[in-house]
Parts: sequence; C-alpha cells; structure tokens
Amino acid sequence: MTTPSGEAAITVEGLHKHFGKVHALCGIDLEVRRGEFFGLLGPNGAGKSTLINVLAGLTRANAGRALICGHDVVGAYRQARRALGVVPQEIVFDPFFTVREVLAIQAGYFGLKGDDNKRWREELLTTLALADKGDANMRSLSGGMKRRVLIAQALVHRPPVVILDEPTAGVDVELRASLWTFVRRLHAEGHTIVLTTHYLEEAEALCDRIAIMKDGQITALDTKEALLGRALRKTLCVTTLDPVATLPPALLAKVRRRSENHLEFSLQKGTDSIPEVLEALRASGHVVVDLTTEQADLEDVFLELTQRRQ
Amino acid sequence: MTGFSTLFYKEMLRFYKVAFQTILAPVVTALLYLLVFASTFKGRAGALPGVPYVAFLVPGLMMMSMIQNAFANSSSSLIQSKIAGNLIFILLSPLSTLEFFLAFVGAAVVRAMCVAVGVYVAAILFISVPIHHPLFLVAFGLLGSAALGALGVIAGVWAERFDQLAGFQNFVVVPLSFLSGVFYSLRALPPVWRTLSQANPLLYMIDGFRYGFFGTSDVPPLVSLGVVAGFLVVVSLLALALVGRGYRLRN
Repeated sequence: MTTPSGEAAITVEGLHKHFGKVHALCGIDLEVRRGEFFGLLGPNGAGKSTLINVLAGLTRANAGRALICGHDVVGAYRQARRALGVVPQEIVFDPFFTVREVLAIQAGYFGLKGDDNKRWREELLTTLALADKGDANMRSLSGGMKRRVLIAQALVHRPPVVILDEPTAGVDVELRASLWTFVRRLHAEGHTIVLTTHYLEEAEALCDRIAIMKDGQITALDTKEALLGRALRKTLCVTTLDPVATLPPALLAKVRRRSENHLEFSLQKGTDSIPEVLEALRASGHVVVDLTTEQADLEDVFLELTQRRQ
Repeated sequence: MTGFSTLFYKEMLRFYKVAFQTILAPVVTALLYLLVFASTFKGRAGALPGVPYVAFLVPGLMMMSMIQNAFANSSSSLIQSKIAGNLIFILLSPLSTLEFFLAFVGAAVVRAMCVAVGVYVAAILFISVPIHHPLFLVAFGLLGSAALGALGVIAGVWAERFDQLAGFQNFVVVPLSFLSGVFYSLRALPPVWRTLSQANPLLYMIDGFRYGFFGTSDVPPLVSLGVVAGFLVVVSLLALALVGRGYRLRN
C-alpha cells in the first residue's frame, strides 16, 4: 500500500457532468488528504454517486479532472484504478462463480496471482467472516454476506484509497457494527477512507472531515467539529417546580415543546442567552429545578445546510 | 497482459460451467439438422462435384454453429453483466480496451471451436468428411468465429435490454447465417439471389471453410479469406472504438 509522497489521495478540479439536461456535477473542487477518513453527505440526487463514479472511471466527466494519488482517472487510468478500491452502493455479483473464484478473478484483473495475494485474499475472507463460505456460489449468500464480498473485492488489490458508497444501507445492526470496526482498522492501517452514508451518526462518529453536497455542488466542506459549530440552534430543556400556565410572550416564541412542568426551548446561537431565559422564567414566578442543554448534531447541520434554500 | 489472461479465463470458465447449454445443446441442434436433411435428401447429388449432399452439409453446419455460438458468447456475457451490474468489476479494473476486447473475442472463439469439434466428431461417426486443406480450415474457423465474437461485443455493448440483443441475433445473425450457403451452393441460386448473397460476409466464411474440407468451393479461397479478414478488421475496429469510448459502458 503506497502512495506517491506529497500527493493528495483524491484531487478533483472543476468537475462538471451533464446527463441530458440534468447538471449532475456543477464544477466540483475537492481535495482529500492521504490518511483521512472523509465523509461525503447529501440528499438523494445531490451528485455523490456521480462524483464517485467519475473517480472510479465508471462515468466520464464533461469538464474538469480527477486524480487518485496524483494519477489522472482518464489519462493514467491504470495507476489511478490500482490506487482505488470502490465498494458500490448496489449489491451486484456474478452468479457463475464461488466467493474464492470471484476474489481470485478480481485480483487477476490487477495482475495479482501469487501466493502473497492468495494469503491476503484468505485473510480478507477470515476478517470479513466469510471463510466458511469461500467455496459457496455467490447466489447462495445472504444480502449481508454479498455486501461483505463486495468489500473484499474492493480491497483485493490493497488500494491505498477506499471509497464506500453507502455500505451499510439495508444492513442489520450487528453487521453494521462489525463493518465499521473493520473500516476503522483499515483507516488505522493508513488507508484513506471516503464514506457516503445516510446514517449521519455514522459519519459523525467516524469522519475527520465532511463535505455536504446538494444539487451537484459542495455546500459545505469542513472538519466535523467546525461543521457542528455551524449549527445555528441549540436546545434548552427546563423542569419547573410547579406546572407552567403562562409565559411572557418573548419566552413563549422560543418554546418548541411543553408539557405540565417541562419546557423545551429552541435557542438561536449568538443571540439567545441561556442565563437570560432562566432569569425571565424566574421573573415570571417559576422555580427551575432541573435543566439540560443539547448541542446540535450533524443531522441538524445537514438539514440546515440542505434545506436552507428550499 | 495478466489482466487479459484472467478475463479470458473467466469468460471461458463462464461458458464451461454451463457447457450443457453452451456446447452440448448447439452440437445436438446441428446434428438434428444433419439428421433431417440426410433422411430427406438421401442419395441426392451433392452441391459440389463429387461431394455427397450429406457430407456437403457438415462444414456448413459446423461453421453456422461457430458463427451463432461465437456471437452468443460475447454478446450474452456482456448483456448479462451489464443488466446484473457485475460488469462494474471489470470496469473498475486497470484492463485496457484491447485486453477487454481480446478476452471476450478469445473466449468466443474457444467456445465456437469446441462446438465445431463436437459437431465434426459426432458427424464422422456416420458420414465420411475428408479434410483436404487443414490450414484453410483453421484459418476460416479462427477468423470467422473471431469476427462474430467481435460482432457480439458490438451487440452486447449496444444493447441495453435482452430483447434488443435477441432482435440483433434473430433479425441479423440468424438470417445471415442461414442465407450463407449452409444448405446449398451459390451456383444453385438464380442470378439475382446469387448477387445479393455475395454481399453477405458469412457466405465467404462457410464457402472457405468448406474448401478446407473438400478442396473445392464457389469462390476462390484466397478471395474468401480476404473478405473474412476484412470483415474481422471492420467489426474489430468498430468494437474497439465503442469500448474505448465507453459507449453505454461508462456513461
């Protein structure tokens, strides 16, 4: 697993892609550094899969260029594809072959046929809990097993850069946890990981930097912490000694939910102050016995960024 | 070329795993044609001087089987992989356009050869079919099946649905192979049909292949060889251009 020193894992410059009248990628610029765990998020139709397909050479861009470890995906496609492993979103398989045959064939496409690669393929089968299914036909595997074979196929040539396109869609909780343990291990071993997922808590837990796409453009690109810091609202939950019958109008406007003696305020970052809310409650005769605050999570930020212009 | 050898091996393994359907079935079909025509035209004079009609049929049926199976191998493998989505595994690999093309065509040729040998071995159990020019036989067998393998690559890349491929097969390949002199000599046709038939490149494959067996043919064998080689070059260049551009493969 080597990458040329000083090169970014992925470089994308001015990428445009049209499908008829649809402008799927509208001038994307992006750089993913070597060794990063990078999240690519966005609603359906945002252009994530198109971007991944351009990087993988499955789709040709109309303008701009994309490099994997410094190799142009069109001009130096052999080197670019050797440096990249892609786990596709859809579960696809060749029904003619067994799991071991599928992995041996995939390695062969990359010119890898020796004992060293055979050992690596067996290690992948063991790590992905597929060793006892190695001689089973692909048709006989469950959906979760097929997905694990897809991961093994993407890694069979030990690529330094791995793209996982929604790898946990439709996967049960147990398998999802084991997949993430495995992907964390890959990252710890030095692989650059690019992840797209609809489970935002996964991106929040795993990724160092995150790009959010919408309508073929990158609307946000920052570290996870900085993105979370962009959240415009935070939540204050208050429990009062007695049931709250009335509130001053200024406070009432900030209430998101209320029950007898429980109030949940949605506060604007920067303008609303927690001490001021508590002081206003005290002034209106309510005794606060408990309070909690909730910071925004990635989902809040995602929704704010992707729905702002709708 | 290790990527090529793997794809070539995989494409052969693919038809070998279903050899009942890909090898045995076409051999049986060709033998059924032979059985029906042999019993119908038993004792009738051959279409070529000194060649009994039943023996005359054998090379034609062999070549027709090669033509149809070479086309079916590359085209069905591509359309199945496209529709099932597993073509992605080849497209993600560093295989070049030429490696991709040669592997699919090579496997198509091997399948065609297996079918042809099967038909020949079964036929000579009952009929004497001598071989006069083995090199011509091999040359026409290789070039003809390679050309149809390349045509299969074109059809497999172009088709987006199974019915489109079936249309290509049923309305182009099958009629051209049936109307290429499998069952008759060019000399037996009226002048208009003879002229029209001469535009069919598959006719030269069968006529030249037959020359390899009997040492006599309707068209001079080197002319046929030139036409078949030319046809192979044309369909290969077209297939390479389509695959190289990523037409209906890399959107």
